[in-house]
Amino acid sequence: MAKYIQGATGEWEVVIGLEIHAQVSSEAKLFSGSSTKFGSEPNTQVSFVCSAMPGMLPTINEECIRQAVRTGLALGCKINLRSVFDRKNYFYADLPQGYQISQFKDPIVGEGVMEVTLEDGSTKDIGIERLHLEQDAGKSMHDQHPTQTYVDLNRSGVALMEIVSMPDMRSAEEAGAYFRKIRTLVRYAGTCDGNMDQGSMRADVNVSVRRPGAELGIRSETKNVNSIRFMMQVIEFETRRQIDLLEDGGEVAQETRQFDPATGTTSSLRSKEEAHDYRYFPDPDLLPLEFTQEFVDDLAKSLPELPDAKRARLISEFGVSEYNASVLVAEKENADYFEELLGELARKTGQDKVKIATQAANWVIVDLFGALKKLSKPITDSPVSIVHGAELLALQIDGTISGRIAKDVFEIMLESGNGPEKIVEEQGLKQVSDTGAIEAMIDEVLAANQDKVEKYRGGKDKLFGFFVGQVMKKTQGKANPQVVNQLLRPKLDG
Amino acid sequence: MQIFEDQERPEKMSVDKTTVAKIADLARIAVREDELEPLAGELNNILEWIEQLSEVNTDGVVPMTSVVEVDLPWRADKVTDGGYRDDILANAPQTEHGFFSVPKVIE
Amino acid sequence: MTELTKLTLAEARDGLVKGDFTSRELTEQHLTAMEQGRELNSYIVETGEIALEMADKADHMIKAGNATGMTGIPIGVKDLYCTKDVHSCSASHILNGFKPKYESTVTANLWQDGAVMLGKTNMDEFAMGSSNETSYYGPVKNPWRATKENGELGTKDYVPGGSSGGSVAAVAGDLAIASTGTDTGGSIRQPAAFTGLVGLKPTYGRCSRWGMIAFASSLDQAGPITKTVRDAAIMMESMASYDIKDSTSVERTVPNYEHALTQDIRGMKIGIPKEYHMDGMPKEIEKLWQQGIAWMKDAGAEIVEISLPHTKYALPTYYIVAPAEASSNLARYDGVKYGLRVEGDSLDGMYKNTRAEGFGHEVKRRILIGTYVLSAGYYDAYYLKAQKIRTLIAQDFAKAYEQVDVILTPTSPSAAFPMGEKSDDPIAMYLNDVFTVPASLAGLPAISVPAGLSSDGMPLGLQFIGRAFDEETVLRVAHVLEHAANFTAKPKVWWGDK
Ligand SMILES: [Mg+2]
Ligand SMILES: [Zn+2]
Repeated sequence: MAKYIQGATGEWEVVIGLEIHAQVSSEAKLFSGSSTKFGSEPNTQVSFVCSAMPGMLPTINEECIRQAVRTGLALGCKINLRSVFDRKNYFYADLPQGYQISQFKDPIVGEGVMEVTLEDGSTKDIGIERLHLEQDAGKSMHDQHPTQTYVDLNRSGVALMEIVSMPDMRSAEEAGAYFRKIRTLVRYAGTCDGNMDQGSMRADVNVSVRRPGAELGIRSETKNVNSIRFMMQVIEFETRRQIDLLEDGGEVAQETRQFDPATGTTSSLRSKEEAHDYRYFPDPDLLPLEFTQEFVDDLAKSLPELPDAKRARLISEFGVSEYNASVLVAEKENADYFEELLGELARKTGQDKVKIATQAANWVIVDLFGALKKLSKPITDSPVSIVHGAELLALQIDGTISGRIAKDVFEIMLESGNGPEKIVEEQGLKQVSDTGAIEAMIDEVLAANQDKVEKYRGGKDKLFGFFVGQVMKKTQGKANPQVVNQLLRPKLDG
Repeated sequence: MQIFEDQERPEKMSVDKTTVAKIADLARIAVREDELEPLAGELNNILEWIEQLSEVNTDGVVPMTSVVEVDLPWRADKVTDGGYRDDILANAPQTEHGFFSVPKVIE
Repeated sequence: MTELTKLTLAEARDGLVKGDFTSRELTEQHLTAMEQGRELNSYIVETGEIALEMADKADHMIKAGNATGMTGIPIGVKDLYCTKDVHSCSASHILNGFKPKYESTVTANLWQDGAVMLGKTNMDEFAMGSSNETSYYGPVKNPWRATKENGELGTKDYVPGGSSGGSVAAVAGDLAIASTGTDTGGSIRQPAAFTGLVGLKPTYGRCSRWGMIAFASSLDQAGPITKTVRDAAIMMESMASYDIKDSTSVERTVPNYEHALTQDIRGMKIGIPKEYHMDGMPKEIEKLWQQGIAWMKDAGAEIVEISLPHTKYALPTYYIVAPAEASSNLARYDGVKYGLRVEGDSLDGMYKNTRAEGFGHEVKRRILIGTYVLSAGYYDAYYLKAQKIRTLIAQDFAKAYEQVDVILTPTSPSAAFPMGEKSDDPIAMYLNDVFTVPASLAGLPAISVPAGLSSDGMPLGLQFIGRAFDEETVLRVAHVLEHAANFTAKPKVWWGDK
């Protein structure tokens, strides 16, 4: 389904390609033994190798190779049993070697196709061109001194995976869905922590526009965009800017741009004339990287269940709705929490998982996620344990407390950290199903509201809810609503 | 191969001043305007001498990647290096607060 | 006790172990000779204090019965090796004042075995040169001078060859018992030939490159420069090692090379490549080569004519590959982390000024060539083509080694030449390496052995090229040739007080 953008002179189509840089999860750097830890004092995680001292040589970290292969497998791409490290030559203050070791002609991971799901539930295939391993640069700080730039090489040499898409995306939404899915996958595979705040994932965003069906237009490349929201803003802005330019009879320049989060706009960084000539050639300090299919197969076996498979299983095995399943699998930890909770709940209630899965999913997605969002806490740091969550749901399922009371109990759980059974017990929140007691209260309510009883009997059916509410109020919500309904109706109808 | 008598070197100038300036810029070497012409001459001499390689048929020849037949050794993922900032900065022309310091980069 | 500086490495080793003299005495005599020989400019820095400390340590090792072949032996170290806290600048101004906080693997191996560092030897800047005239620290003088027609020693200064010019001048002038060199296209073998010494370039991967300031990564190899073949065998064993810090280092046990010196080469097949007979080559070089062939025959070897058809392309191939790699290897010299910084109006300005002032002309020329051949649109025509021809050159050798065990050639097409003679013509200079470069491109072990003198009394060398990792055969045939040639000439001392 093509999505065209209406311009002043007709329709336009936007074409987007992404180069995502994902930091490999590893203890040590790609070509040196120094640490990758985030947030250390400047230049403390630097070796003679990652500061490019004369005579220093790179040696490759085997875990980074495995991580790249795992990622390639998770993305469904072809794994290349032989790849080559090249030098990409350019000068910059935070590039100590004067070149970046990267992979140019022969990357470790080749082509693949990834299916993403859009908001309207439709799916779209997006091609992946390649994934290659490369070194990160150091960090330049321009705002510490009026005339100096400070350089910290702690990041220098940290392994990155550059995941290059085909120019297959046609909207910011598609690009967002693609980026999110890649993030989900690398997190599932455990190959990148996906932590955007710390720069663990960032994207170079290539945008061009064209008349529907025409040849590809000239693209701009906006560098180092470090959030999905920003990336979508870049696309919206660039699309508009380029269409306006073209409709005014101008031309789009092939250039590198940068994004300003404060204004949501992009600006030119370098034109093509100034563009680098990287003079790639195979790094003579490194031999070609080779491994066997068996090595790849072993890594494939060790991969966890991936989100697509997991989503399908949640739907088919437990009858979770498609929407809920998609939400749950977006983060592996969420899906894990849900599955463990469901298991615990089934054990507690003796019920079939299929019967209770929807209730459990709703509680996780609505109540728990809502609370975690307010607390800004990840699920791995949830104040409500899986056992307590299951207890709470079990109390509802066996009728001990009502849904209303459950919400109160949950609040108390969040504040106190206590278990729901204890809270219900101590605060006397058990549901009242004793018909005698409820009947007495109904009588009291009817006596106190004779006028409304008259109106009801005069045909105002809607007042039934009012009486239910009054009875519930009298029992502080503890009355079993079903019992209230059963007893109230005959009394009102007289 | 004639190695001692002056070889005939064609007059053809494949590298001109502009190209030399461009290469020097890529290599980040300041070259004065008056050095460009002589440099172009020197580079052309060498390039024209190198040109004889074009007579070799290399169809189907695999380019050399390494003269020794060995496998790339893999290193374990362990932190074994770093943590000696003073040694890293010891030879730097300018440092500030544990950073290398360079003329401000304007972006 | 007299003239310990005249000893060979093997003689010094034996004398030390026997207790005829101490390493301190041996070292002190060398330090004095170095002082006397400063005119040669073979050392950039002398490390007398360190040397004496190391000598004392070596004397302890010897007393404790822990001596190895290198224990107590005073050597010169090419400035290209990083030596901890000691000037290591590859004779370039751009590394101005650089004192690394680490020790190269090769020198660490030597110190581990008890060798003694006399100082850092001069060299062509970044090892780019064949005459040692490109050093920021000035040219090195060859201890040898040509004799005039009347038989008197001339007064003209000769180049020692390059790039390990300081290393050879130090050994030839008896300012070191031996020295480390590095060889990228002939930088050990050609200067050894120019100074009447033995120079061994082992197989690529035999010595670790870790801590050697890189020139051309796929070609650079460490090796010894010594007075005799036996000395080369002893020193090679110490320098070689497998090093996990160098991905191109090869995991193989290092043999006892001295055991290879059996003097028995009966039945060995020695290849004579027909393409090495070059037009215009001086008659005396051709004559020397024929003499070498005759000696080998006399020793019972079988001479086989072979063909290395791509020989003529080796030099231009080298002058693509080496500058290309160098242009990238030398990008790290940018005034940020170490060495020279020349301020500019911006970061780029600082880079450009630093590199303009820090690099000498030959280095700049090679960086520019290297940058050009790698630049957009030229990669395939130059670099990729060169690497393909490199494959063909390696295949030539592989084919030859199906027929022969080792190859005999001249080391250099001429003897040492007077200073300044070839400095204006880079290609004429490059041609010095015409016989050494092919083995470098193929990564093969090769040795230069002094074999005679030119008509005006300058040393000439012959080269053996062996199979990969067969340094033993190379040393064995070199040892036989050394004996046959009985090269005993020494330069007449014209420097210092004498
Ligand atoms: Mg990119
Ligand atoms: Zn990248």
